[in-house]
Amino acid sequence: MKKSKVHPYIPNSVPEVKEEMLREVGARDAEELYSRMIPERLLMKRPMDLPEPLLSELDLRRHVEGILEGDWDCSEYLSFLGGGCWNHYVPEVCDVIASRSEFLTAYAGGVYSDLGRFQAIYEFQSLIGELVDMDVSCIPTYDWGAAAGNAVRMASRVTGRKEILVPKTISPARLSIISNFCDSVHKPDSINVKTVDYDRETGALDIGDLEGKISESTAGVYFENPTYLGVIEPQCAEITSIAHEHGAFAVAGVDPISLGVLSPPGEYGADICCGEAQPLGIHMLAGGGSCGFLASKDEERLVGEYPARMLSITDTEVEGEYGFGQAKYERTSYIARESAKDWVGTTTGLWAIVSAVYMSLMGPQGMRELGEGILQRSHYAARLLEEVEGVSVPFRGFFKEFPVNFDATGKKVSEINRLLLDKKIFGGTDVSGEFPELGQSGLYCVTERHTKSDLDRLVEALREVL
Amino acid sequence: MEMTNPGERGIVTPAVDEEIKNAVGDASSLVPASAMRKRAPGLPELSQAQVLRHYLRLSQMTLGMELDIDLGVGTCTMKYSPKVNERLVAGMADVHPLQDEETMQGLLEIVYKFGHVFLREISGMDAFSFQPPGGSAAVYNNAVIMRKYHEVNGELEQRNEIITTIFSHPCDAACPATAGFNLVTIYPDPETGLPDTEALKAAVSERTAGMFITNPEDTGIFNPEIDEWTKMVHEVGGLCSYDQANANAIMGVTRAREAGFDMCFFNLHKTFSSPHGSSGPGCGGVGVVEELEEFLPVPVVVHRDGKYHLDYDRPNSIGRVRDFMGNVQVVLRSYAWCMAMGARGLREAAEVSMINNQYLEKKLLEVRGVTKPYSTEGRIDQIRWSLEKMKEETGVGVGDLNRRVIDYGVQSFFTSHHPWIVPEPFTPEPCETYSKADIDYWVSVVQRVSDEAYSDPELVRSAPHNAAIHKIRSTPFDDPDRWAMTWRAYLKKRGKI
Repeated sequence: MKKSKVHPYIPNSVPEVKEEMLREVGARDAEELYSRMIPERLLMKRPMDLPEPLLSELDLRRHVEGILEGDWDCSEYLSFLGGGCWNHYVPEVCDVIASRSEFLTAYAGGVYSDLGRFQAIYEFQSLIGELVDMDVSCIPTYDWGAAAGNAVRMASRVTGRKEILVPKTISPARLSIISNFCDSVHKPDSINVKTVDYDRETGALDIGDLEGKISESTAGVYFENPTYLGVIEPQCAEITSIAHEHGAFAVAGVDPISLGVLSPPGEYGADICCGEAQPLGIHMLAGGGSCGFLASKDEERLVGEYPARMLSITDTEVEGEYGFGQAKYERTSYIARESAKDWVGTTTGLWAIVSAVYMSLMGPQGMRELGEGILQRSHYAARLLEEVEGVSVPFRGFFKEFPVNFDATGKKVSEINRLLLDKKIFGGTDVSGEFPELGQSGLYCVTERHTKSDLDRLVEALREVL
Repeated sequence: MEMTNPGERGIVTPAVDEEIKNAVGDASSLVPASAMRKRAPGLPELSQAQVLRHYLRLSQMTLGMELDIDLGVGTCTMKYSPKVNERLVAGMADVHPLQDEETMQGLLEIVYKFGHVFLREISGMDAFSFQPPGGSAAVYNNAVIMRKYHEVNGELEQRNEIITTIFSHPCDAACPATAGFNLVTIYPDPETGLPDTEALKAAVSERTAGMFITNPEDTGIFNPEIDEWTKMVHEVGGLCSYDQANANAIMGVTRAREAGFDMCFFNLHKTFSSPHGSSGPGCGGVGVVEELEEFLPVPVVVHRDGKYHLDYDRPNSIGRVRDFMGNVQVVLRSYAWCMAMGARGLREAAEVSMINNQYLEKKLLEVRGVTKPYSTEGRIDQIRWSLEKMKEETGVGVGDLNRRVIDYGVQSFFTSHHPWIVPEPFTPEPCETYSKADIDYWVSVVQRVSDEAYSDPELVRSAPHNAAIHKIRSTPFDDPDRWAMTWRAYLKKRGKI
């Protein structure tokens, strides 16, 4: 080996130190120690065949940045992509806190050593509680799909029923995650996932179909607001009532960025709520910014069924001091193993902290203004798009996303998106395969990042390519 | 939230162009009245500097990993996360996961190569997925693959049992159970601590769907018959999934392939240096043998015709366990870390971690009241120690020690998952990040607290004395009338807590 044996990330790779430590433990070398613990037949007898290391930090940066050099992103292209990961603005303060090494590198420290981490995550629970208007929340999970999977399993366990209803407009990826949660080795133990149709005119849930499908076997009605296709669900209270009339839980999936203007689940009486916190100050990171949250009414039967860890506030020996601890910890898999309420693990702690910062920065006024601005921009975009020949927008009551139909242009969405790409525009996600009934449609997303000139540019580009 | 000052705000949102406003009118005209929020959310109203100060202070009240010697958290591999990798990750902040593949060839190349170059060589597995966003998520992913495999083979009804060991992570039991399997848990030989091969012989049957197991176990004991174990499971038609959440001290030393496993996973936020992020985002990088590749979650990153693609066309795929591609930024960091290490560096990290543990063992054995349970001498990466003797002799137990070490600026340590087979357990893991001086200091803290326990036990029992808060007085955590998972619930229940 030509290169130095001392590695900057390994202090004890200094040969003299290593030798001294080996002397202390009475061994000649590492091989001797390994051979005392691992049978000869299982020991790797050759060096690993891997690329030569880039020991200098500068060389490493050149190498990795060189690979990524040809990539493009949504700061360089004008993007209308959404569908579960959204291009919202991330305030600088969020990045400052996200990069604090204490939060970035903390893990399993206790409340006395990592009090700040406990409090910041407790604040996340509290602020989510305010936004969704519910009293219980927990440490976040991986993404909206995982949160929804947890929520419907909670509903099934409490009711003892094995069926959930989900909207047909659900994201197919999210449905796949939920289905994996609901399937079981023994088919009778599986939770049966049934879809409820939507009104082709409005995109809202088809109440008639819901009433036809719900029964005393239904554990929960899962519905979304806004839906995956962007539509604001105007019948949340009605859906909730129908669920309750059948002894089922109303489980709402929400985009929290909408909740400065849209009615929160607590207002319409939902029992459990879930959603995706990525819009709350978390970068998209090619999907790595996902952060699912769960909240519910403060009922013992529900709290006892959460799979995730949840923090409760408490007091200390000194008046006025707050401490934190794990509520009903025995239900988690850390304690109960196979008897636990599902499973729990490392999820998205850092994103909980970042979104707490975001919600604190925004306040009620910021959340309302942001939501209003998004509504105005998205509706303006839709109007402009409809002025393009052959382009239509099938649904009216949407928040920030809406399908744009290109059937009358005779072109496929994939083809249009490829042409837009040449103009440095990411067109809306092609949903024509996921929702064939919508024809050749792209799901367009408009956020506070879009200016009027961005929207004009899209329309101009479409006029050119269609 | 107590700090709120009505009227203040932390940030101004971008103004809507007048032309847009004129064209569409008020936002309220775009939403049905019934769908509008009636009461504003009770978020705090604070200026930007106040928000920043508050969270900076909270960060300062967090010891984390980088400010101290965090070698006490065994099974978690609290290793250094190189700062340069954070800069690399910042460059992918604005990538949308549904962008055209053409625009993220570099990112896909990194994901592909991290699997097919690095993890392939480290594990001996053939195909990889980084969609599972954590270690438990990877175990769950593998349980769902196992379910699908037996379903496709028409044997799922018959094969409903999963075998694990009590010193494997609890998720190795909980995740298969969530997928619908029954669990059979094997306990170690009480004398040696070695996984009990006779118990496995008795456990395997035509009902066995597979095995989920850690090796070395939480005790640091490496099962020397692990290849026999996988063989026994295979002989009855089961699959073997290797929990390599923490494989830090065996990289380049021994592999999943030679031990006979069909699947494995690595926690990239442990062994592969991605920061733990206050408990995520992480990644459980899954590797499988060729026979199981068809079951991996979609999309799978493939290399065809000189380009990288996201392959969704996999009829036997389990579908999704996480939206999009998972936590790609974690893969990027891990790739960069491996490129900085190379084959020799990875092996060096493993060797030094193992040697550090031997050194720590020698030093800790000198501390009064600390014992090493089980007669098996060799422990690879960590040891589950016991303070039972100290507890009996002084009344000071592991909970007291865990509070007292904080007074000396050391992060609290990991005790054990439940059940506590080892009484008064604690499980340090001195990975390659820590210098000899670090280890010496850490042991000196334990030594000092031991001295205190034997001379002034109340000093330890009443700890912490130098932390941000004093000892927690009440524990309302199981009482519905007193628990408060949000501030609004606290305000409603105040007085009861």
